[in-house]
Amino acid sequence: MSKGELPRKSPQDVRGSIDLLFRRRAGQLTATLTRILGIENLDLVDDVVQDALLQALRKWPYSGVPDNPTAWVLRVAKNRAVDVLRRQGRWREKRDELERSILPSVDAGLVFFSDELDDDRLRMMFACCHPALSRDAQVALTLKTVGGFSVDEIARAFLKTKPTIAQRLVRAKRTLRDNEIQLAIPASDELPTHIDSVLEVLYLMFNEGYSTSAGDDLVRADLCDEAIRLAELVAMHPVVGGPRVHALAALFLFQAARLPARVDAEDELLLLDEQDRSLWDRMLLRRALEHFRLAARGDEITAYHLQAEIASYHALAENFETTDWVRILDRYDQLLVLDPSPVVALNRVVALTKVEGAEAGMDALRQLRDEPALQTYYHLFAIEGDLLSRLDRKEEANAALSKAIALAPNGPVRRYLERRRFRVPSNVY
Amino acid sequence: MAEFMLLLHENPQGFAQLSPQEIQNVIGEYGAWRERIAGEGRLAGGNKLRDEGGRWLTGDNGDVRVVDGPFSEAKEVIGGYFMIKAADYDEAVEISRGCPHLRYGGRIELREIDPIHD
Repeated sequence: MSKGELPRKSPQDVRGSIDLLFRRRAGQLTATLTRILGIENLDLVDDVVQDALLQALRKWPYSGVPDNPTAWVLRVAKNRAVDVLRRQGRWREKRDELERSILPSVDAGLVFFSDELDDDRLRMMFACCHPALSRDAQVALTLKTVGGFSVDEIARAFLKTKPTIAQRLVRAKRTLRDNEIQLAIPASDELPTHIDSVLEVLYLMFNEGYSTSAGDDLVRADLCDEAIRLAELVAMHPVVGGPRVHALAALFLFQAARLPARVDAEDELLLLDEQDRSLWDRMLLRRALEHFRLAARGDEITAYHLQAEIASYHALAENFETTDWVRILDRYDQLLVLDPSPVVALNRVVALTKVEGAEAGMDALRQLRDEPALQTYYHLFAIEGDLLSRLDRKEEANAALSKAIALAPNGPVRRYLERRRFRVPSNVY
Repeated sequence: MAEFMLLLHENPQGFAQLSPQEIQNVIGEYGAWRERIAGEGRLAGGNKLRDEGGRWLTGDNGDVRVVDGPFSEAKEVIGGYFMIKAADYDEAVEISRGCPHLRYGGRIELREIDPIHD
């Protein structure tokens, strides 16, 4: 199918704020220039791109924004790249490639890059998510080079210090150089592993943006936007795309559609049962459904499919009460087979409680109670507290909620739990 | 209505660490300020001065000495200038006060144009 069939909406609309032109252009430029200059010159490429944007910053205030800002930035970047190539004595060798890649879009005054340049971003993403790198390094490098995020923004999103992220990037670039990793779509025998790696990075990126765990709000919204955009880019690619990737894009979009309803006027957290569903973003839901439909083409059912399907039941329910918990529970059962992780099991408890009641929920929870991975996870104790309060075991419920509050990762979650504790016993799910 | 010149002194490296998004935000702030005073008919012009290639010329006993500079590596250079129209210094100061330049570590030298015919 062609790109045009998908109801398109520019990612910045996800949060309805200013255009993300610079961030996106930075990622595209970095990818294209890296293909031409070579991945061993990634630092130089970063400098060229940053320099082009800074030129705009220092000039446009006086003259106003030029008619075609993208073309302006591209031209400056291209000139800088020419300087670099001349210094390296490679200008003759690389000239045609550079002209071909960047000039046409400038001359035609096009605002959008060609498909080939989109491919550059994909290639860059595969390089950044190369299995030779640690997961942390993959995420940081993808955000920096493909997403156009600064070291500072990455640090803010993941609650790390700037030097930590900077170090991580330096090491990651060195690994790419040392392993002579090329900017390429992996060969077909390697493709599945490499795609898995890309999808996991996108999943982490989206989750970090979506979760209320920590970090700067605006940067987190951008993380979601970027993860969606990259997932769609991968999904639509004829070679690397496919049902699994569509499932991931659908999952992101179903979740993102609910973002506008997730906080109230005082920025306090609202969970599913309290959200005003009329605030959910219909456009994103439509896009989610389109990807979901494409995800169903094929025989495989992946964990992403099941998660997207669960998200779809929430998204499509008229209200909290009519949510199809029976189906959701069934999909969690299947998901647990594919991904037997404590967190999945914990989420399944919520669905089980809706279908079979608090007693059954409590039985299932008991088996997770000693799971080491969950001991510092506030969600375990929040669920326990709610189950106990439904079973009218008030004091234990209070103790569990207090534990959850102590483990709460940030203010909104903590205050949300405090409200819950105040209302014990109450109906939570 | 008098004319005033705003000489924008800045550290050329001052923005080096900004992210693409932040760069765009700052451009947006300058743009908004510029459009506002242009909309009020108070903007009479403005230009960026090229960072590289400046020269200092000095008279030297009937000779002229030419040296390169100021350099963009300098701690502070004049990045560019704006010309505005205002009734008096008070009003010119008010207009200049809103310039985003002042929020990003820059200094503005505000000077009234002294025309030959008053």
